[in-house]
Amino acid sequence: MGMTITEKILASHAGLPKVEPGDLVECRVDMLFANDITAPLAIQQFERIGVDRVFDPDRVAFVLDHYSPSKDIASAEQCRITREFVRKHGLPHFYDVGRAGIAHVLLAEEGFVAPGELFVGADSHTCNHGALGAFATGVGSSDLAAAMATGRLWFRVPPTLRFVFRGTLPRWVTGKDLVLRIIGDIGVDGARYAAMEFAGPVLQQLSMDERFSITNMAVEAGAKNGIMEPDEVVLDWVRPRARRPFQPVYGDPDASYAAVYEYDVTDMQPVVSAPSSPANVVPVTEVSGVRVDQCFIGTCTNGRIEDLRQAARVLAGRRVHPDVRLLVIPASPRIYRQALEEGLIQVFLDAGAAVSTPTCGPCIGGHMGVLADGEVCVSTSSRNFIGRMGHRGSKVYLSNAAVAAAAAVAGKLVHPDEVVREPARV
Amino acid sequence: MAIRGRAHKVGDHIDTDLIIAGRYLVTTDPVKLGEHLFEDLDPGLRQRIRPGDVLVAGENFGQGSSREHAPLALVGAGVAAVVAASYARIFYRNAFNNGLLLLECPEASRAVQDGDELEIDPQTGEIRNLSRGEVYRAKPIPPFMQELTQLGGIIPYVRRKLGLEAS
Repeated sequence: MGMTITEKILASHAGLPKVEPGDLVECRVDMLFANDITAPLAIQQFERIGVDRVFDPDRVAFVLDHYSPSKDIASAEQCRITREFVRKHGLPHFYDVGRAGIAHVLLAEEGFVAPGELFVGADSHTCNHGALGAFATGVGSSDLAAAMATGRLWFRVPPTLRFVFRGTLPRWVTGKDLVLRIIGDIGVDGARYAAMEFAGPVLQQLSMDERFSITNMAVEAGAKNGIMEPDEVVLDWVRPRARRPFQPVYGDPDASYAAVYEYDVTDMQPVVSAPSSPANVVPVTEVSGVRVDQCFIGTCTNGRIEDLRQAARVLAGRRVHPDVRLLVIPASPRIYRQALEEGLIQVFLDAGAAVSTPTCGPCIGGHMGVLADGEVCVSTSSRNFIGRMGHRGSKVYLSNAAVAAAAAVAGKLVHPDEVVREPARV
Repeated sequence: MAIRGRAHKVGDHIDTDLIIAGRYLVTTDPVKLGEHLFEDLDPGLRQRIRPGDVLVAGENFGQGSSREHAPLALVGAGVAAVVAASYARIFYRNAFNNGLLLLECPEASRAVQDGDELEIDPQTGEIRNLSRGEVYRAKPIPPFMQELTQLGGIIPYVRRKLGLEAS
């Protein structure tokens, strides 16, 4: 019996010829990172371990993205803890205000993750990087501290669930809609402790940006990691960025899957996750007419250039509804600059949107657009839990960028076709 | 040492945002975090929890964000143990790394009612419901997690591995 791509990466990093689901293995870590919320706790734990230095300064990154630029004195103090640690240890890969983006987007762009590698982050959406054919998973701060001291971490080898997409994507249906559909079908614990492997000819129609939004949300089904085998699109994307030589890994033809799910996407519609669970997925037409107060386009899930282009297609020549606030947050400085060069920022400003420096901000109800009691937000983020974006009485609908932009124009949830009638995919 | 306390019941899929909301993640102090435990789930719940009490949850407890502030908030509020039908994976690791006892027991999750008096033997995983005269048995803690727990979590485990502590 062969191995899946996830099993192969774990086996190679554990120095074993073969692993099986359920095996407990200790793996070499190729790269790790923490953010401004998780780093202070990781640093505290690292100092408790009592080693003098991190295992390899070149394989450690810190990104200030959540409450940065600092929202208040307490968050400023947390950022300072990280800055001081970075200086003390002379760590080269530190991203602070102005150079920081949302970590998952930034670290992939900067070439810190490559096919076949093992990547851990003290942030649950670290599973994002699986779109590159890497094993990437989120851990807590203590586990990160252990990896930072030793370069190794233990894992239980997960069983793999395989999701195969066939057919032709209709317009306005994106990678985000595919992953929301899966979460709606299998539930928030449908892949608990498992690997989610995405495959099928539809993936070839998807840019890297859309692929990342699929693996990014694997954790919303409870998965340990989301992963895709690295095809030419991945290799073309990674080659100019990768900082180290890498060896792509592919699953064996006779690999064993705990379950296989087949989807024909041809008749799919854009969907939303209605409050207050990512698994509460319905076609946008089913909630059409729900009035909205705020729309948010950004985050590690959907703050990439493709998302901004989709939003701009809807917003070009139109105005944000007078009762709605639209927030647009490019996920990295590079994306911000590209959006500027492509004229997208102009479109957003002309429409009446607020455009901000990269930050996770509103997604965690931290700053830059916190919701009041009873307010409704359409967000391109990944979580719509109670209180996630503000008051516990606020409500969040998760969607792709075109649906969020259309809601901003219409002042209510609508199918993007109701706002703009041109093909989004040519 | 046995744990004895009152049960506080919460539902399925309680996420780490509900355990401790994002807006409070500006400290790593367990006591300060514990002051805001479950604020968005049930604003009165924190006041009802007394040191040594037991949280009884449904499926997939601790889903979502990897914030280790969630188990810290539970510890800071004095929760002695969590009994749930199942756990989300990152939370599970984080709890053990912070010395918070987690027991997996679907039967107890169903049968225990809010306010029941529970007695838990961490060694055997036996949960005695003193209010109802019932006994439930939690799934055995995986041997590696037992080893981690006996050493006091991942930090002492790593120290030992690095030869920083006599074994």
